[in-house]
Amino acid sequence: MSESNASATRITPGNALRPEDIAAADLRPSADVAEYALRLGDDSLILSQRLGWWISRAPELEEDVALGNIALDLIGHARSFLSYAGHGLDKTEDDLAYFRREPEFRCAHLFVQPNGDFARTIARQLVVSHYQFELYSRLMHSTDATLAAIAAKAVKEVDYHRDHSSQWVLRLALGTDESRRRMIAGLKLTWPYVEELFVDDQLIDTLGEAAVRPSTLRAPFDSLISALFAEADLDIPAVPGAVGGGRAGKHSEHLGYLLAEMQVLAREHPGATW
Amino acid sequence: MATAPAVDQMPAESATETEEERAGREQFERLISEDSRIEPRDWMPEAYRKTLARQISQHAHSEIIGMQPEANWISRAPSLKRKAILMAKVQDEAGHGLYLYSAAETLGTPRDKMTEDLIAGKARYSSIFNYPAVTWADMGAIGWLVDGAAIANQVPLCRASYGPYGRAMVRICKEESFHQRQGFEILLELANGTPAQKEMAQDAVNRWYAPSLMMFGPPDDDSPNSKQSMAWNIKRFSNDELRSRFVGMMVEQVKVLGLTLPDDQIRFDEDTQQWEHAPLDWNEFKEVLAGRGPCNAQRMERRREAHEDGAWVREAAAAYADKRATAAQQKAA
Repeated sequence: MSESNASATRITPGNALRPEDIAAADLRPSADVAEYALRLGDDSLILSQRLGWWISRAPELEEDVALGNIALDLIGHARSFLSYAGHGLDKTEDDLAYFRREPEFRCAHLFVQPNGDFARTIARQLVVSHYQFELYSRLMHSTDATLAAIAAKAVKEVDYHRDHSSQWVLRLALGTDESRRRMIAGLKLTWPYVEELFVDDQLIDTLGEAAVRPSTLRAPFDSLISALFAEADLDIPAVPGAVGGGRAGKHSEHLGYLLAEMQVLAREHPGATW
Repeated sequence: MATAPAVDQMPAESATETEEERAGREQFERLISEDSRIEPRDWMPEAYRKTLARQISQHAHSEIIGMQPEANWISRAPSLKRKAILMAKVQDEAGHGLYLYSAAETLGTPRDKMTEDLIAGKARYSSIFNYPAVTWADMGAIGWLVDGAAIANQVPLCRASYGPYGRAMVRICKEESFHQRQGFEILLELANGTPAQKEMAQDAVNRWYAPSLMMFGPPDDDSPNSKQSMAWNIKRFSNDELRSRFVGMMVEQVKVLGLTLPDDQIRFDEDTQQWEHAPLDWNEFKEVLAGRGPCNAQRMERRREAHEDGAWVREAAAAYADKRATAAQQKAA
């Protein structure tokens, strides 16, 4: 490990680890680690892009701020993971975000699901925040020091996201008849995409202790969701799971539109800096 | 714009004034003459209260409507770093709106009422936000010129006589100066970029320059509220003084950018010690103020839509809070 490699990870995990620090460090993730970092980075990038829509459109100003904050945290995580992946792929975070084509993205289908109404957004947040909390609280012990450092910073932020989504699930499920109806509908639209988050594959086998095995997160996830749903008087939606494939670049119809909008300006000016 | 009564029309003493009112008025006058702060529980003339409530709520509305032109570029920001900075900036504006609504609430108007007035078209917000943000360079020009003009206007407001307003402005000004710097940085990057980027930057400066000068309000001889606001230590400098000072700053900064201001009449007048600029099109200002700007209808529609679409969420939160409170009471009983 070179001196500059140490500098990205010498920082106490959880403290002031900036994407720029990771980009500037001399890191050499293996192709497999880079692929894994792409998955995590793309999940957060795509969801951040979705959530950014709410800023100036939320049901109250406090939620413009809260959803904006979550979107900001997620783009921060995305930048860190993509910068790290970029070291293995000889690309920058922006090359990866703006100049990859649809099948090159590695996000799971859940993250690109439409915002829908506020209840649907909250349903998606509920699943994501609980999944990411379980994931990062284990990934912070990864044998890969950079993944561990990014996760250690992210887990604190995701803990707040978990609180935010849980509180809203309670308010909406137990608030009015209309909010309850919408919350149930939102969960139903979200649940087909839960399964994909917990699927292991060959990359996970190869990475061993550097990665977190998704299937191991299912039980703690289910247990937290069950406790919350008991309090909110909700049932786990009885809907079939969708076929995933996001990790292999097989995406839904939604991703193309999202990328078209996100990438348009950068692609109009290839090679430009901003 | 409504006209506040001039100082000499104020009822200094009236036959019906109670002992308590007299003491309150004397204290108010003393605090103003000492350049001290008026706090929410202090007695204050009704016109002072109304002027402030109008000014602070307009300022809050401006922050909220002002989120829209910039939110328009969050999804298309050309780098992840710029996207993150832009999201943080628009989020700050929601935060500014919140502080300012809180400051205005201390004068007795609930936030809901202010929001209703905005949506009903009864309340004003800064006209500048009725111009469209059509290119990425507009994010730079809005930060540099619009936030720059806002800072020039707002720094003196940190010393406004009404305590909650002055204190809110201190915090807001700190964040605004970050915003202005990020706008300048966007333009600097574009101006030093490809020819297409530089052209985009110059075009944005050309479009936002005059509207940003108009943000300081009408010329002094056509600004009916200014005199009273200055007497009450709400406003510290006249519209024209602030505008001139702003032009002087921009004329230097634009050189660093390697761009030009679309005004060939800028000069420093040694006699008046003021920066002079080309005449502004006040008819355009009045037209936009009257609702006939490029985006007035769009901005209002977006705010109305967000408010109406969110009604069921706010109702749910209120119903849930009530149920929790009732349950807690029953448990305590």
